Amino acid sequence: MRPETSPSALDQNERELRQLHLNTEIISVINDAGISLRDVTKRYGKKAVVDAINLVIEPGEFMTFLGPSGSGKTTTLNMIAGFVSATEGLLHIYGKPVAKLPAHKRDIGMVFQNYALFPHKTVAENIAYPLDRRKIAKAEQKTMIAGALDMVRMGEFGDRYPAELSGGQQQRVALARALVYKPRVLLMDEPLGALDKKLREWLQKEIKRIHREVGSTFVYVTHDQEEALSLSDRIAVFNNGRIEQVGSPAELYQRPETLFVGRFLGESTVLSGSLVNTVGGTSTLDVSGHAIRVPGEKNSTSLAILIRPENITLCAEGTESESSDVNTLPVTVLDANYLGSAWRCEVQLPDGSTGTVREAHSAGVREPGTRAVMRWNVDSGVLLEDTGEEGVSLT
Amino acid sequence: MADIASTRDRGNRSTDDGGTTKQGREPKNWRPFLLLIPAFVIVSFFFLAPLIDVFVRSITDPTLGIQNYVWLFTTPTNMVVALRTFGTSFLVTIVCLLIAYPYAYLMTIVSDRTRNMLQLFIMLPLWTSILVRTLAWLVLLQDTGPINGLLESLFGIGPLPLIRSTFGVALGMSQVLLPFMVLPIYSALAKIDKRLLPAAANLGARPVTAFFTVYLPLSRPGIFAGSVTVFILGLGFYIIPALLGSSKEIMMSALMYQQISGFLMWGHGTALGIFMLTTTIVVLALVGRLSKGTSLFAGRVK
Repeated sequence: MRPETSPSALDQNERELRQLHLNTEIISVINDAGISLRDVTKRYGKKAVVDAINLVIEPGEFMTFLGPSGSGKTTTLNMIAGFVSATEGLLHIYGKPVAKLPAHKRDIGMVFQNYALFPHKTVAENIAYPLDRRKIAKAEQKTMIAGALDMVRMGEFGDRYPAELSGGQQQRVALARALVYKPRVLLMDEPLGALDKKLREWLQKEIKRIHREVGSTFVYVTHDQEEALSLSDRIAVFNNGRIEQVGSPAELYQRPETLFVGRFLGESTVLSGSLVNTVGGTSTLDVSGHAIRVPGEKNSTSLAILIRPENITLCAEGTESESSDVNTLPVTVLDANYLGSAWRCEVQLPDGSTGTVREAHSAGVREPGTRAVMRWNVDSGVLLEDTGEEGVSLT
Repeated sequence: MADIASTRDRGNRSTDDGGTTKQGREPKNWRPFLLLIPAFVIVSFFFLAPLIDVFVRSITDPTLGIQNYVWLFTTPTNMVVALRTFGTSFLVTIVCLLIAYPYAYLMTIVSDRTRNMLQLFIMLPLWTSILVRTLAWLVLLQDTGPINGLLESLFGIGPLPLIRSTFGVALGMSQVLLPFMVLPIYSALAKIDKRLLPAAANLGARPVTAFFTVYLPLSRPGIFAGSVTVFILGLGFYIIPALLGSSKEIMMSALMYQQISGFLMWGHGTALGIFMLTTTIVVLALVGRLSKGTSLFAGRVK
């Protein structure tokens, strides 16, 4: 059932790629990748829902597609699964071109948001379904099903019907069904979206453990940035049908390349300003009349500095720094909330917008309405182009 | 499951209440049944009483005994007519099923607007007089009608016996009974999760396999409900067989009419009626048993 790529087929495949005038380096990248998307585009009418995406997912990697709804992440996933055909572009899975292959021949596992278990079949029959399609003998099926159920810790539930299980249990069965035939690629479309927070966090851990155990390439779609940060090896941030940035969670959080990425992942304080000068790799910006220094340089008239809330401290008025390593900015405290592990304060910036400060210690300016000074190290600021985009809601 | 659990829960709670305030609970439980009284009265007077009368006549007219049933089972014509009636009804059920299933499927995949239109097309004939529709078929299908005329001028064949034949009866009945097949199948199909077919494809099922292993089993309740309705309604059709069928190949309803109105054999007519009723109940029971095992949870049901 599983069509292995024969050597001659690979040659044929390579010949076809050469005909597209791709150089050998790119061809070897495509052949070595778990999943490779090259200029993949999906158009509905004239509107490009997915616009010339290039992405290489390494074999065995846990890749997350993160983005707001309508950003093209689910469409991209559906193109990999074969439910949606790409208008243009090359799509390869483990070196095999799949763009023209129907979904049932792609040999990919998939977990759906609404579980998509067959309601007329028991848990064991659901998991047997892909094995039946692959004409695997019943005796062998039995051990495979038991193994898959054990992996998701549902060994006792083989005889139940999906309607008799809770949402979390159903999703674990769906996971077992998608993994029982050992696909090299597992796609997950917001699999935990319908579950409550506690269960979601526990299942995240389970998914991570299973990923380590099976070693397949996982592609995970979510709009929940916390989920993306905690699960992934790498994250691709989608916006308006394009990938804004690909990187490890830490890279994306600490060094976002666009304001969208910075704002979408975690909390941030963003200062808009105009460039004054750049000296020795450090730029100085005019932020509402205050000179603010930030590492890096950018050729643009409207710039922004992004600072993570945990890198900022609030001090009493009149403690403006003269040190060149520390920036200070006068603000007004709007609100302060005690979170147990930290204080989270909202402040009004000089231009009227709102910034966020997160402080671990309890000393500091907390009274709403108080004038204060915001301090942070020059190095912890990130210089970005101000695209004028508003912050995206995190729900 | 949640429904069952919550119902059980509610049941427990009400018995707990009953333990402490027994008098407050009991009237609450039977009072809603008062609502059934009008229906009960109507059914008793206008259905149950005549039915009993029919049964009594079948064993007393002209004298007490089972002579009417002996006549029923020993007259070959009766059995031929019964077989023809069941056969035609079965044929109509199959025809309706084959037309209704794709139609109902179409209704589940189109926009709301188009779905309303499709629903209207199905309901429209129901609001037209059955007599008018049957007469329209008569005009269309007769030997000198437009269809036979077209067949002759285009292909040089005909005139085909489109009426006064089983074909005509089945055609007319299928048209009238189609809505009773489409609506239950549609309501079953509409409940099927749209992601199940992509899921099946993803797991390696070809489209045909996915249909037979996932979609069809899940639509079975609708198929059973529609088929039973069409089959049973079809057994009792009178006007269509009378107008579109052959007078030599009558159906059960016409036979009864003949016995009672023509020969004034009330005993024969009522015995035929009881026979039809009994057979229908047997068919219903058989289908009920068949569909219980397979409808929702294939194979095993606790």
